[in-house]
Amino acid sequence: MVINKAIKKSLRVAYGETLTELGKKDENIVVIDSDLSCSTQTQMFAKEFPDRFFNTGVAEQDAVCLAAGLSTCGKIPFVSTFAIFASGRAWDQVRNSVAHPKFNVNFVATHGGVTVGEDGASHQSVEDISLMRSIPHMIVIVPSDSIETREAIKFAYEYNGPVYVRLSRSNTPDVNGSDYKFELNKSKVLIEGTDVTMISNGETLCEALECAQMLKKVNINAEVISMPVVKPVDKETLIKSAAKTGAVLTLENHSVVGGLGSAVCECLSENHPCITKRIGVNDEFGQSGKAEELLVKYGLTADKFYDEVLTLVEKKNSK
Amino acid sequence: MTEQKRLSEEELKNLEEVAKKIRENILIMINTAKSGHTGGSLSPVEVILTLYAKCMTHYKDWHNSPEWGNRDRFILSKGHASATLYATLAQMGYFDEHELLTFRKLGSRLQGHPTFGLLPGIEVSTGSLGQGLSMANGIALGLKLDKKENYVFVLLGDGEIQEGQVWEAAMTSAHYKMDNLIAVIDRNRLQIDGDTEQVKSLDPLDKKWESFGWQVLEIDGHNLQEIYGAIEHAKELGKQKSAPVMIIANTIKGKGVTFTENQASWHGKPMNDEELQKALQEIRG
Repeated sequence: MVINKAIKKSLRVAYGETLTELGKKDENIVVIDSDLSCSTQTQMFAKEFPDRFFNTGVAEQDAVCLAAGLSTCGKIPFVSTFAIFASGRAWDQVRNSVAHPKFNVNFVATHGGVTVGEDGASHQSVEDISLMRSIPHMIVIVPSDSIETREAIKFAYEYNGPVYVRLSRSNTPDVNGSDYKFELNKSKVLIEGTDVTMISNGETLCEALECAQMLKKVNINAEVISMPVVKPVDKETLIKSAAKTGAVLTLENHSVVGGLGSAVCECLSENHPCITKRIGVNDEFGQSGKAEELLVKYGLTADKFYDEVLTLVEKKNSK
Repeated sequence: MTEQKRLSEEELKNLEEVAKKIRENILIMINTAKSGHTGGSLSPVEVILTLYAKCMTHYKDWHNSPEWGNRDRFILSKGHASATLYATLAQMGYFDEHELLTFRKLGSRLQGHPTFGLLPGIEVSTGSLGQGLSMANGIALGLKLDKKENYVFVLLGDGEIQEGQVWEAAMTSAHYKMDNLIAVIDRNRLQIDGDTEQVKSLDPLDKKWESFGWQVLEIDGHNLQEIYGAIEHAKELGKQKSAPVMIIANTIKGKGVTFTENQASWHGKPMNDEELQKALQEIRG
């Protein structure tokens, strides 16, 4: 599997376009944004359907509860803002006003992870997946490319209950084919392998795929699993792969505390204990810089993954 | 101004009797649960009762009623007064009065704070303060999108409006000209730690809301005639001014029982059996 990293697409534009398409089909769709519609791309929907777009201004808590109220009238709200605000600023509102009553509200949060870039730590959410995953009833999805984004948004629209979709600010190359189908309970094995399992989502997935190509040259067959759904975690694929390779790495643009790595390790430690390594932001805050520089700084590139895989495979073989 | 709508003497007498019954039930529920919010449950009795008995279009059969989609909504933003809402719904025939005794107990539909999806009449989940007005705004917008003529009523605590989100929501209501939204503040002047003006002052409340673009009315929140008149007036006023209406209902925390009135210490405390008997005697007169 070869990824063309030269052609990158915007996940946010894919979201805005999909939302607008869905809006044409279903007039119950309403969109709430908190003064970031130009960034989140809900502006596309707003231009097409001004009567169904509500801007709360800089008020994320109000936005979440406004959506809760709208959902009780049979509307299907999509709430968008940056991941740091949707998950952090408005966590109590998400928990109490939406998740507890299991209202049909979709959160599409953009600018997840350190690749927010120059804005720095205040805007770089490395905790949102952890925060959202801990709330009962919540579905947590981290798409890796524009194709998966479109399908995840369609899923969120069809699913009756709260969904959190986390998008990156950076554009990513398409790793999924045009025949891609989103399945809530099924991850995708993109590359089959026998020596080690690499599990990723979001922007780091293409790095994991590149890393697998590098490993091939030193005769390490890495299995690469795309796991966009962090909750509920796909136990079956995980256990099957872990049983085959005996060593599992997780790679994510998020803290190693509470995100994909934690979800995978929780599942494996209870069902199929094996050697694991969580790679992500190592329980620290981000900082200003270019997105590409930050990926290098926080060890979220194919080169860094490569070193980690070699160490893990060595550990496995010396057992 | 149009002539104020008034309740007849008979209606007043009947409502007064129901209010007594609700107060009794609130105290019995909290005593049985050995937990609950006595003071803040007694202060909004007349407001909630008048809404359900006289001002709201609603259906005790809840979503089994074919007209359910055309109901007015009530949101208890100060969710800790759940006992008052439950006791009122029981009086309105939403469910059997006996169920009130399960309040706050394991497996009960009458959770400590109103919880959506369990009991008929509960529109949303509240309890974490400051969120009800935003939700009411969402419902008001939803009703407008569906071109429904219904109203949304929301009751806030006075201490509650110290939550910043209330003011985010206040701006939203005015910005979207929510003339189908009527809010009431249960202005009992006490919060857990004491007098609201000492904990963190709220006055001048009317000017605060006016400056946020609301129409403001102020009433005695225990006077049934005044409550009814204000709510019915608010329905018209909102339409005339294309604005949301706030009714500041001046109330007494712990109202109806001499030893609980105006005592912050009764905010979250149940009565023991002896206190309950004394209180019931006073309410029954």
